[in-house]
Amino acid sequence: MKLPILTTLTAALLSTTALADEIWVTNEKDDTISVIDIETMEVVRTIETGERPRGITFSKDYSVVYICASDSDAVQVMDPNTGKILYDLPSGEDPEQFVLHPDNRHLYIANEDDAITTVVDTQTRTVVAQIDVGIEPEGMAVSPDGKIAITTSETTNMAHWIDTETQTLFANTLVDSRPRHAEFTKDGTELWVSAEIGGTISIFDVATQTEKAKIDFEIDNIHPDRVQPVGFEFTNGDTHAFVALGPSNHVAVVNTETYEVEDYILVGRRVWHLAFNRDRTQLFTTNGVSGDVTVIDVASRKAIKSIKVGRFPWGAAFRPTE
Amino acid sequence: MRHALIAMRAIVLREALRFVHQRERFIAALVRPLVWLLVFAAGFRAALGLSISPPYQTYITYETYIVPGLCGMILLFNGMQSSLSLVYDREMGSMRLLLTAPLSRAWLLFSKLLGSTIISILQVYAFLLVAWLFDITLPGWGYVAVLPALLLGGLMLGALGLALSSFIKQLENFAGVMNFVIFPMFFLSSALYPLWKMAESSELLHDICAANPFTHTVELIRFALYVELNPMALLWTALATVVFMALAVWGYDPARGMMTRKG
Repeated sequence: MKLPILTTLTAALLSTTALADEIWVTNEKDDTISVIDIETMEVVRTIETGERPRGITFSKDYSVVYICASDSDAVQVMDPNTGKILYDLPSGEDPEQFVLHPDNRHLYIANEDDAITTVVDTQTRTVVAQIDVGIEPEGMAVSPDGKIAITTSETTNMAHWIDTETQTLFANTLVDSRPRHAEFTKDGTELWVSAEIGGTISIFDVATQTEKAKIDFEIDNIHPDRVQPVGFEFTNGDTHAFVALGPSNHVAVVNTETYEVEDYILVGRRVWHLAFNRDRTQLFTTNGVSGDVTVIDVASRKAIKSIKVGRFPWGAAFRPTE
Repeated sequence: MRHALIAMRAIVLREALRFVHQRERFIAALVRPLVWLLVFAAGFRAALGLSISPPYQTYITYETYIVPGLCGMILLFNGMQSSLSLVYDREMGSMRLLLTAPLSRAWLLFSKLLGSTIISILQVYAFLLVAWLFDITLPGWGYVAVLPALLLGGLMLGALGLALSSFIKQLENFAGVMNFVIFPMFFLSSALYPLWKMAESSELLHDICAANPFTHTVELIRFALYVELNPMALLWTALATVVFMALAVWGYDPARGMMTRKG
């Protein structure tokens, strides 16, 4: 009698484990990934990676995870179940950020030291194209229809528009000082670019590649120099954007219709990038200096917990486990 | 037993009546912590957040940090104010009348203590409501869970007031209590700064703060506001309540305590 009960219990336990979604966080200084169980909000696994892991993204079917190991000059491909590195992709020098094309095959990688964007075919593991862009490229984005890729360059202060069919630049637009991150809205009509030193987010009309709005940030009792927008993510239905404001230790909530900042949420030290959970009710922020991840309840716009991870957490990505 | 309860009700009602008739006292009791919250905390400029220490799960602003300390401040000042009223009662002769009641002295003192503690708790909730209006919110259940902590803390500080009042001969001496009891108790506690911050400046200061029973009352309130129990703080506060209460009963005993010496 005891055996069936034990089996049922074990099965129940396993299924609960399997249901717990995860947030994967790259730790720049520790050369590791911390895996956070969303249910228990604890680090359940720490996985070794190449040197200085920064950008992280899963394939569309979540069968592999791509990691920018910047100081190893490689994009590593890992099996998320075993945590084993399967192989490295040719990535060009010092890959910092990348984006996976909606075709689930081509990776667009920003090579910070070489001022180029490398396009890699993940199936044939070959470099398809290398496109000259501005100095110190970092932010990467691809439009939802896959026709446009964006690279932002930190020193040139530009967003470079790449035609993904011809792999050539077709436009360059100026943004404020040190652009860090770019993202298209889900309907593909707008491109948002954050400028770290400029302290702004520029919003472009994708059809005309012209700037249509600019957002400024201002937090009471915090010097404007500390307010440095970096990563950002859109909520369900693109109604709001949550913007990480670097060493100001706050995340801003921006209304995407009025472009007004509605709220500032206190998180850990030097907040860098963010990732939502499955239904976008919780947001996880990587806080580089304090070495933790703050969980924000999206509905109440309040920080509910900070979870200790490795040293200098940088990128974050969601992984469903069922 | 019935007599005892009637007496308790009468004493508590007297405290309540006294409080209702002194609206300025209520406003003063509310304004004091609010000045700290809105002026002192704003001036502290911890907009970048305080480091995480239990029971907090994430980074908090300084305004959020000092709320439990200010709840404790209300209990402390009220406990002392109530002891001041006892000195006044003694001078006016109403104390003699009260103590002639055919009930145990400890019971009468406890009733007095309970009355003043209930008044303090009402003031704390009024303060929490104003804090909430200023967007300093706590977990919903925290407002309920804090009630027993406030009751125990209030009793402890009230008992301290009672014990002190038995040693004070005249009303004028109350200024001494302010300088030598209330202020050191408040400033040498975790009400305004976390203990780890104290340790950074001086280990001795940290040790004094850690031994201060008021620190433990504040921590008991702090944890309760976040629906958590701090067993050490509970133990210390309970222990201090028993000691102060015993001192008060001893102090008010005409045969042995300070009352004999005063005549």
